[in-house]
Amino acid sequence: MTAATLTCRRSDDDSLIITLSGDWLLRGDLPGIEAVLQEMNQPAKPSSIDFETADLGGWDTGLLTTLIAVHRGANDREITVHESGLPEGARSLLALAFAVKEREGARRAPVKLPLLARVGQTTGEALVSARELLTFTGELVLSSYRFATGTATYLRSDLAQHIQEAGAEALPITTLITFLIGMIFAFVGVMQLQQFGAGIYTADLVAIAMVREMAPIMTAILMAGRTGASYAAQIGTMKVNEEIDALTTLGLNPIDFLVTPRVIALLLMMPLLSLYGSAMGILGGMGVGLVMLDVGLMQYVQQTVEAVEQTDLWSGLFKSVVFGVLVAMAGCQQGMACGDSALAVGQSTTKAVVMGIVLIVISASVLTIIYINLDI
Amino acid sequence: MVDTQPQITARDLTIAFGDFVVQRDLNFTINRGDVFIIMGGSGCGKSTLLKAMIGLKRPASGEVYYDGEPFWASSEREREDTKRKFGTLFQAGALWSSMTLAENISLALKQYTDLSNAQIREVAAYKLMLVGLTGFEDYYPSEISGGMKKRAGLARAMALDPEILFFDEPSAGLDPLSAKRLDDLILELRDSLDTTVVVVTHELASIFSIGNNSVFLDPETKTQLATGDPRKLRDHHPDLAVRNFLQRGAALEGDPAEAIPA
Repeated sequence: MTAATLTCRRSDDDSLIITLSGDWLLRGDLPGIEAVLQEMNQPAKPSSIDFETADLGGWDTGLLTTLIAVHRGANDREITVHESGLPEGARSLLALAFAVKEREGARRAPVKLPLLARVGQTTGEALVSARELLTFTGELVLSSYRFATGTATYLRSDLAQHIQEAGAEALPITTLITFLIGMIFAFVGVMQLQQFGAGIYTADLVAIAMVREMAPIMTAILMAGRTGASYAAQIGTMKVNEEIDALTTLGLNPIDFLVTPRVIALLLMMPLLSLYGSAMGILGGMGVGLVMLDVGLMQYVQQTVEAVEQTDLWSGLFKSVVFGVLVAMAGCQQGMACGDSALAVGQSTTKAVVMGIVLIVISASVLTIIYINLDI
Repeated sequence: MVDTQPQITARDLTIAFGDFVVQRDLNFTINRGDVFIIMGGSGCGKSTLLKAMIGLKRPASGEVYYDGEPFWASSEREREDTKRKFGTLFQAGALWSSMTLAENISLALKQYTDLSNAQIREVAAYKLMLVGLTGFEDYYPSEISGGMKKRAGLARAMALDPEILFFDEPSAGLDPLSAKRLDDLILELRDSLDTTVVVVTHELASIFSIGNNSVFLDPETKTQLATGDPRKLRDHHPDLAVRNFLQRGAALEGDPAEAIPA
């Protein structure tokens, strides 16, 4: 491979002759066109540009990008370019490249907005998405009404599948997490309460914590990451593939068909999972309690049963119903608001999980305050 | 321009999904500078054959040779080197949706060349000019039409100046004029860059306007029925199924419904 060179000289009739020699390959070190531009910028600009390529070796895209740059420079200065000296293939590629005129207004300059404008833009976008969320909630309420009156169109088999996915299939991971949480609570309880000789109250601590707070919150966070994310990804991908448009043109309401069954599935399954999670947590705590404390099985069970009142159970279950609806809504809303690319599906999945967890934590706090004030 | 130096050879190629054989005993030769058509009715395994040729699906048996070198029998690394010579245009463009058109084209250049960012940008702009997308460097795939996506996909396939370009149904979903323009572009690129082109298609107009060599796959017998210049196959091939396909059913006397492959 011989090095590529570019030299230019003026001919007698004042045209600029560019001599190209060597191998003009992309992977080689190609000379720039500064010399050519300099000649073109002279007060007495050349009448035309000619090429000499007798010593030109192999060439590829590297030659073409250079030629295009020369062409552009010449066009800007209204100098004619004679391509007759170029190899035939390069000539036809050049013709192809310049065959389609740049579409008017197609090119974009990267816009850099000032800080204030960006703040305004972001605020505007936040308002728009808040409005979208409100619209979505309204549509969901209307759709629930249609479900209640039996006028909604959806597939029963879909609903059954969602219930299975959000219910039975979530049991293993729920078991693992809540069992371990119960054990951790018991460890902490035993360590602290034994100092006062009140080790047996570990049973109360674990039972009340699991039933009222930990089981609902942990299962909800679990489901936000597991099922909420999958809802957003499913519906988002359907949006990208225009499947939602296909539903609409068939006269099917996508909210009735896709969203409400998912919300119902989580609404039904979340309290059951939470109840199951409470039981697992209490079991985990019991294991630790029995090993570390000097109590019998019956005593521990007795203590647990006496500790948990019915209101504890109901308040925990109500929380998990609220969480279930919120997680499903976050997932479905983000899916429906998804853009139209693979990237957008990823973004709406992320947003669905973040939004789900934020909603869980906020509503948990609000509900706890309400419970305290109502003395539940 | 076209010399008859064999570049790609398929020998006793059998492709299958598990036990289900899609096509068996395929034998054909593609010469340097050919526009080679892989044709046949829907579901006969055209795209699967293409996948076996570009390294996406290992054939059940047989071998593809590039410049006499076996492709599947070679090591992973050698195969990667061979693949560097390919450019592939997928059916729907398969542009990466999170990247602009210029970034789509630049990825391979950044990976496999030592060019500066400015040079890469120039090359990307030039490739887009070639396919008639001047000035669309900073557009995202979701912002352009289906035909433009296809052309942008072609620009990406040409990023590394490949020796062989593979097209999976290039004219599917394009209007007749855009399809013709794409055909012209394929011929133009073949002539100017001396690229070998392999096209999967069942568009008769394309087959006759660009193809000078072909293989005809039959879904019934699960093997090739013919190979050669599609125009000659249309007029002179002894097998009725081949002539029938290439003449849109006109070769079949009697019930035209029989012309539709089951």
